Amino acid sequence: MVIEAAAALSSKDLVGIAPLEAGEIQLLLDTAEQLLEVARRPIKKVPTLRGMTVINLFMEASTRTRFSFEVAEKRLSADTLNFSASTSSVSKGETLFDTARNLMAMAPDFIVIRHPNTGAPHRLAHVVTASVINAGDGSNEHPTQALLDAFTMRRHFGDLAGLKVVIAGDIRHSRVARSNAFLLSKMGAEVRFVAPASLLPPGVQELGVKPFLRLEPALEGADVVMMLRIQMERQKRMNFPSAREYFDFFGLTPERLKLANEGALVMHPGPMNRGVEIDSEVADGDQSVILEQVTNGVAIRMAILYLLAGGRSDAATDS
Amino acid sequence: MTNHIGNHGKLVQVLDQEGIKRTIARMAAEVLERDGEDILLVGIHTRGIPIAHRLAQALEATTGRPTSVGLLDITLYRDDVGPWRPAHSQPVLKRTELPSSIDDRVIYLVDDVLFTGRTIRAALDTLVDYGRPRAVRLVVLVDRGHRELPIAADVVGKTLQTDRNEDVQVRLSEVDGEEGVWFGKEGVDGH
Repeated sequence: MVIEAAAALSSKDLVGIAPLEAGEIQLLLDTAEQLLEVARRPIKKVPTLRGMTVINLFMEASTRTRFSFEVAEKRLSADTLNFSASTSSVSKGETLFDTARNLMAMAPDFIVIRHPNTGAPHRLAHVVTASVINAGDGSNEHPTQALLDAFTMRRHFGDLAGLKVVIAGDIRHSRVARSNAFLLSKMGAEVRFVAPASLLPPGVQELGVKPFLRLEPALEGADVVMMLRIQMERQKRMNFPSAREYFDFFGLTPERLKLANEGALVMHPGPMNRGVEIDSEVADGDQSVILEQVTNGVAIRMAILYLLAGGRSDAATDS
Repeated sequence: MTNHIGNHGKLVQVLDQEGIKRTIARMAAEVLERDGEDILLVGIHTRGIPIAHRLAQALEATTGRPTSVGLLDITLYRDDVGPWRPAHSQPVLKRTELPSSIDDRVIYLVDDVLFTGRTIRAALDTLVDYGRPRAVRLVVLVDRGHRELPIAADVVGKTLQTDRNEDVQVRLSEVDGEEGVWFGKEGVDGH
């Protein structure tokens, strides 16, 4: 399956993977490939977005995604403003629309938003002229994470088509799993979801993935094993007896990893619960690309900013 | 000076394959005379790169020693990307590959056509983010005039007197599958 990169992104926003065409994903990955190099220079900064303003609107806790966006913005010379739920007027009861209208009065070019509610970035995108980038909305999508995961896989395997990717853990609450399922199936990879029945979302087949209730059979022939964090804060009623028991059945141990293909990649979007979903020996082992994911995340976010800064139109001209 | 018929329409050919070869050999001799062999050639995407490689070959033919060639993509430093670009898709990024250090080196930037000088401005800005060269020089296959910035080439293969709206086409086998330099009025199969 050969996927031609699109000439441009078709929307002013990146609200999810679902609305993207395969060619747009290819363009994002190709662009990130070239931007990786900026991090290896003595001066890790290019002037491309100077004079542009980015508002990072984080209505939900985040460390690595927020830092990653901020590093990406700074490496492209954009000016950044950070709003977080705890310190902004949102905690004083302001609605998203009022916040958005106020933010637009400051004339930003981009709004990066993380929000506990599904669809918040989509609604924001309709009411503002700035480009909106979804940094995670509820249990819906986390498109930049899926892109950086795919980028990491592509850098190791050369191509996404035909890869067998296991995603195991708290699938039900995971926007990472959803975005990855959308992206990987668009690019021709096979996705296998593994979770106890209580942590599999309803309608999982509609995402085009194969569900498994046990880790072992899913690992057979796998090229990538992506472990998701058990989201303790979202387990209002316990979906499994204990963290210990979860590890016994679903934790990625060195023995279980041997069931996957030789040289299979171990991935985790972080933060990890060592000893719950992943054994320390695996997390720190040769097959782990967890820290590479973090490095690649900056390049992916730079690529998104770069491509959205161009606006929407026909092909680029070279001079 | 043939009138090339076919896919170049009414463009006038000013260099053919043999002409390009001779021109590059002469450019290499000028480079050598100026700065000796301890230099770094840095080709600017897209057609600066094959020209840099050919210059390196020509230099090696004389000195018997290889000359390193770097690649430079200036896109992130262009003055028409980012907020100033009027709502168009962004240019495709290409690979930059320079030796570990360019500090204290004599660098020859290599490009196909020198026109407004804006590409070279961007190239200079890109280079200084990688280090502090001892000197940066500019070598181009064609200088067609109409500078918009105070930039001049040190070594020029061919100077063309052109109108501003004329089209100059450098075609190289590595990129275009054919060899030659043409120019003429635009609108005749421009690219």
